[in-house]
Amino acid sequence: MQDPGPAPHVMRNADIDPKAEKRAEQQVAILFGLSGVSSLLLIYSYVFIASDVFVFIPVMGSQNVQQLGLGLGMSFSLLFLGLGAIHWAKKLMPETEVINHRHEFRSSDEDRDELVKTVKHAAAEVKLGRRSLIKRSLGFSLGLFALPPVLLLRDLGPLPKKQLETTNWKAGTRLVTDPGNRPILASDLEVGAVVQTLPEMPDETERLLSDIAKDPVLLIRIRAEEFQLSPEKLAMTHDGIIAFSKICSHMGCAVALYEQTTKHLLCPCHQSTFDVTRGAKVIFGPAARPLPQLDITVDEEGYLIARAPFNESVGPSYWERNSQ
Amino acid sequence: MKRLSRYRRHRAAGPFLLVVALLAIGTTFNVASATVAQSPNSFARTSAIEEGRQIFLKGCSSCHGLNAEGGAIAPSLIGVGAASVDFQVGTGRMPMADMSTQAMRKAPVYNAEETAALAAYVASLAPGPAIPTDAVLNYERDGSTAEGGELFRNNCAMCHNFAGQGGALTQGKYAPTLMGVEPKYIYEALITGPQSMPVFSDKTITPAEKLSLIKWIKSAENEPNLGGATMGRIGPVTEGLLAWVLGIGLLIGIAVWLTTKAR
Repeated sequence: MQDPGPAPHVMRNADIDPKAEKRAEQQVAILFGLSGVSSLLLIYSYVFIASDVFVFIPVMGSQNVQQLGLGLGMSFSLLFLGLGAIHWAKKLMPETEVINHRHEFRSSDEDRDELVKTVKHAAAEVKLGRRSLIKRSLGFSLGLFALPPVLLLRDLGPLPKKQLETTNWKAGTRLVTDPGNRPILASDLEVGAVVQTLPEMPDETERLLSDIAKDPVLLIRIRAEEFQLSPEKLAMTHDGIIAFSKICSHMGCAVALYEQTTKHLLCPCHQSTFDVTRGAKVIFGPAARPLPQLDITVDEEGYLIARAPFNESVGPSYWERNSQ
Repeated sequence: MKRLSRYRRHRAAGPFLLVVALLAIGTTFNVASATVAQSPNSFARTSAIEEGRQIFLKGCSSCHGLNAEGGAIAPSLIGVGAASVDFQVGTGRMPMADMSTQAMRKAPVYNAEETAALAAYVASLAPGPAIPTDAVLNYERDGSTAEGGELFRNNCAMCHNFAGQGGALTQGKYAPTLMGVEPKYIYEALITGPQSMPVFSDKTITPAEKLSLIKWIKSAENEPNLGGATMGRIGPVTEGLLAWVLGIGLLIGIAVWLTTKAR
């Protein structure tokens, strides 16, 4: 089949009709003009409008006038600039088809010979062969220069080791309210109550953000007869009070949507649902494991304490975690 | 009559009659059922408790039992306290209009006096949380917005949304918005734990901390919109929807315009 070649060129209105050309020119000018006015709006809003003026706009509600002026000014100045440029290109700029054939990639033989000659000549000129001191010190510095980036790879580590498996819960640690740091009596909790708690820190130990990221425990009190737990899990509760790690076993969000009526705990991130009566068994959602349960009891003063640390890692899975 | 029957085959006749019939049924039902809510002014009453008992027997006992002992569809009210009654009845959640998943906020059926009587009656059954007085609720003086914000993020934000706008729970249940809720009702909800909400007792979140929470919620209500339209303050859902539908729609439009040949 024969190549039909490019389609015949169709002239635009603006190419043949001077009136249409004039009109298109004016349209482009209006678009650019609007862009300029929008920029002026931005400058006016910034300089002359006080930052505490509000105006009511239907649908959007009460809006800050200055911020609105800045936003609208900036977006419209960019939008109209773009629209004007496109309109200009489509209506007025030359649009005849031009064919530009590819040239050969290889340079011509003269150019290649010239390059080799130049390099050789320059090398002889600077006497690199005879200045061995400079050559060696340059090699030394460039070699060392390459080392630091390799050394900095050390920052990918060190491995967290035991940090992922341990929390600040130890045998005998009191549960304290967060915020407030008040110890909690078992009798403080009514049936249906929840409390977010943290481990009591030894005197003058500051609580770090990394502690708050893994220590939170949710205390929930239900009627003791509602538990459907294995004997060892039941022994970890105290008088209807059960304690779970608040860190979701899926992705580490704070699990705290507690529905008092259904006794379900939900994670707000991915809707993993845990049944409190069955030891935070996963009944819906992507979580793979129940929330770790903290073994709690009361001390001689009646305050709630941990009887033992968590017997598994809290939070989401990681490579070395034993997922049993 | 003849003039009317001319229209009987009109296209709009069917829908029109349907609307008329629905309105008629609805009005009749409203008039008929409104009698239930009428205040028992005619009863001679010796005390608020007796009046409350009478209202209870008429309006509540069919579900909650003649002695507030509860039944298959409604919980026992013994020991829930005056605060619980004031919250549930004062916000119109009780009596429920239908047996839907969750009692929702609506115009209260009983007036303040009747609500107080009901509360007095239920409180007389067994001790329970009392209605906080105005003196207790001085959150402007006694609360701290910063502390309230911390408490809110720890305890409330998961269900009620980070800006107090409410959010979905499971199976059609939801945490209602906290915007425009009276401080008294926020306080009562905290101490009584209505419906799906857990109890936040005074020992674990002290009354002072509750006032801080209320102060924070009130400040969130009056938060100026410096960043433009709030789009409900419910996070990435509305923002994403707008970006995808409007933003990408606009980009597609421009792409189409770019590639069409100019005339």
